[in-house]
Amino acid sequence: MSKYQIRKLVNYFNLIASLLVTALGLFMLAWILSVLFSKGFQYINWSVFTQMTPPPGSNGGLLNAIFGTLVITFFAVLIGTPIGIMAGTYLSEFGGNSRFSSTVRFINDVLLSAPSIVVGVFVYTLIVKPQGHFSGWAGAIAFAILVIPVVVRTTEDMLKLVPVQLREAAAALGAPRYTVTLTIVYKAALSGMITGVLLATARIMGETAPLLFTALNNQFWSSNMNQPMANMPVVIYQYALSPYDDWQNLAWAAALLITLSVLIMNIMARYTLKGSSSR
Amino acid sequence: MTTLESTHAKVVKKTKNSGVLGDRIFKGTAFFFAAMVLVVLFGIMLLLLKEAWPTFAHFGFGFFYHSEWDVVNNKFGALVPIVGTLVTSLIAIIIGVPVSFGIAIFITLMAPTWMKRPVGIAIELLAAVPSIIYGMWGLFYFAPWFANSIQPMMTSTLGNAPIIGQFFQGPPIGVSIFTAGIVLAIMIIPFIASVMRDMFEVVPTALKESAYAMGSTTWEVVWKVILPYTKAGVIGGIMLGLGRALGETMAVAFVVGNSLELNTGLFYPGATIASIMANEFNEASGLHMSSLIALALILFIITFLVLSIAKWFLLRLEKAQEGSKT
Amino acid sequence: MTTASTMTEETQPNSRAVGLKMSGALKESGERAALLEKIDSVRQIEKAKLKINDLSFYYGKFKALHNVTMQIPDKQVTAFIGPSGCGKSTLLRIFNRMYDLYPGQTTSGDIMLDDQNILGNNVDVNLLRAKVGMVFQKPTPFPMSIYDNVAFGIRLYESLSKADLDERVEWALQRAALWGEVKDKLNQSGAALSGGQQQRLCIARGIAVKPEVLLLDEPTSALDPISTTKVEELVHELKSDFTIAIVTHNMQQAARVSDFTAFMYLGKLVEYDQTDVIFTNPGRKETEDYITGRFG
Repeated sequence: MSKYQIRKLVNYFNLIASLLVTALGLFMLAWILSVLFSKGFQYINWSVFTQMTPPPGSNGGLLNAIFGTLVITFFAVLIGTPIGIMAGTYLSEFGGNSRFSSTVRFINDVLLSAPSIVVGVFVYTLIVKPQGHFSGWAGAIAFAILVIPVVVRTTEDMLKLVPVQLREAAAALGAPRYTVTLTIVYKAALSGMITGVLLATARIMGETAPLLFTALNNQFWSSNMNQPMANMPVVIYQYALSPYDDWQNLAWAAALLITLSVLIMNIMARYTLKGSSSR
Repeated sequence: MTTLESTHAKVVKKTKNSGVLGDRIFKGTAFFFAAMVLVVLFGIMLLLLKEAWPTFAHFGFGFFYHSEWDVVNNKFGALVPIVGTLVTSLIAIIIGVPVSFGIAIFITLMAPTWMKRPVGIAIELLAAVPSIIYGMWGLFYFAPWFANSIQPMMTSTLGNAPIIGQFFQGPPIGVSIFTAGIVLAIMIIPFIASVMRDMFEVVPTALKESAYAMGSTTWEVVWKVILPYTKAGVIGGIMLGLGRALGETMAVAFVVGNSLELNTGLFYPGATIASIMANEFNEASGLHMSSLIALALILFIITFLVLSIAKWFLLRLEKAQEGSKT
Repeated sequence: MTTASTMTEETQPNSRAVGLKMSGALKESGERAALLEKIDSVRQIEKAKLKINDLSFYYGKFKALHNVTMQIPDKQVTAFIGPSGCGKSTLLRIFNRMYDLYPGQTTSGDIMLDDQNILGNNVDVNLLRAKVGMVFQKPTPFPMSIYDNVAFGIRLYESLSKADLDERVEWALQRAALWGEVKDKLNQSGAALSGGQQQRLCIARGIAVKPEVLLLDEPTSALDPISTTKVEELVHELKSDFTIAIVTHNMQQAARVSDFTAFMYLGKLVEYDQTDVIFTNPGRKETEDYITGRFG
């Protein structure tokens, strides 16, 4: 075989391998989603949305867990978003490349990918242990800590996309810096910032590990954030690993619901960003 | 028009203040919350160290290399979960990196234009699926299939090879260190593949075309032009994936088997730092709890280092690109 | 190529006279005297709005402007011309202290706006910018409605009733020759207008706060010829109310719209005179080379 033929052979072999692994990746996605949909849809019915999580061997639903996840996520986003936006604003508008902002940027990127279970342990030692009991608030705060780095990052990136000329034009009218930022820069970057918040929401909605040590679970209806609170991920974890069939079935229904919510959030985030860039 | 002109004749009174104070308050608030990011990090470090201190005081350096984890007798060593964490992540990287590389090549160089976006989005959706879903799928579908069809095949072939043979042993129950590694690989592939794709897409067309113009094959362009050009970014992306694999909890807790025995065979059940914490934390107290928190601290420091390296590589790439622009 | 050292010879009246003599066009002494008289009129501008004295500007350690001294006349149009990078935009951006937004940019010397040194430390830059408006090279409509764009600056410093605000917005848009085109769509986004309309919107926004000085930084370089003509007519209109300083790299534009013209090169003010003098009888060879297109 000539050298050229060998080269061609290597080329074809590697390109075919690339094609195959891509197919493999797509196959895995299809496999996971098809399992999830076929198992999940089977067990989704009205009672899932209207009844509480049941004791083993009886019928029930996920109402308290759905409510708990919504409430915990809501408060986490409510706490984390302003903090993240302000910190991101500092990095983009005031910090420049000072040593302080470079450090914050670096640490923020580390926190962005830090293991969520460590954050759970942190909030456990910070709140749950001193208080002596698990609580919805602890869960919300753990999630808020996961929200912050995502929002900081997207806020900074999106504000930096706003043309300098726009800031200068507002400043040239005598607008103080905060007016420029609040009324001009935020407005121009709004859809990007919303994307960040949506992505952060999607990130925490399906998170399980931090809740194990903070909100834990609650068999019953609870709207008291100072008490342990039911939530979808922990219900999935506990029910899926239980020996009872009806609990496992509920776990699949919950898994489908939570995955759909997360994927919808992601698609919404994508759509928001696309809508803004075409403008 | 005359009324309008007469308005102008009046002197404009600037009645409101210019907002110097507001500026100071706004900047101060922004600074405060930026500083809070640092506070959170050091808060995590310090609080975990404080809670883990009894363990380090009690077991000393031995905590890191003793393999015993005996809740009844209050004897704790971190060797098994540390090794389990590193080995599962290593398997994930060994499987995940070549696959991600292939996917990135396919999307950037091979796929027809209409296919690029949908395939890219599908891969990114894979990254958005909550990790607990991977765990359920892994436990109920992947592990049994793997135990029945792939594992016997591997044991009967690779298992007989000298030296590496000992790694491919274990009971055919499906949940194992190896299964956990594969599930982790599937989870980190979308991450690494997206980073690689983004990197490959910014390689200047002129560079690629001049390599093609010399008669290079597509693979040679990838291997000799694109990869060297994007090296730092690719390594950064791999490290990001590794950071995720090390800290992943739920998927691993489902499929790793949660056994604290030390085995050389990868098909034996094992444990990782995150999985043991998910399993035992809520029943723990005293020294047991402190040891679990010590594990969490070790995990945090390992991932911190890995992510720092990742960030360092990515920053280097950014600077190089900025340099080449001017 | 002229070296920088020949240009550091300041634009003293004497050296200017020598320069004129060497131009060879004016041998007769009567004509020369008339011209010198005219130059004197430049030297003593009737009423100066901005008096710039020994102004230098630094990006970090790099000195971008060298000891500029000049006076900008009240209610006249002053044009700044020169090749790219000569410092003309930099100079303009000092008049409203735009450089304050960026760390590491500093000045020396002083600029008197009427009787106040605007480079002083205790100057409130926001108030200064409310008095010295600016329009940029590219149109910069804010992401809000046409009405809100114009009202933005007014709302910052004045508390007007709805009717008064409406009236002021209408006045500004009329002054900017845009009212007729937008009066039916004041609530539409400013970004939906054409490039030329956007730039006139920015001018309307700038004059709505009734500044004393209006700075135009290459306001037509991103516009088509028809829009350019409209903006130029506008500049001519506006000088009855405002002191205008315009940076342009289009020499015909400078000749058309300005009363005085400053030629800058390599961070220095080379020549400053009445516009027709600069364009018909420039005092210095660099100026002549530039306006005749021999470099730049």
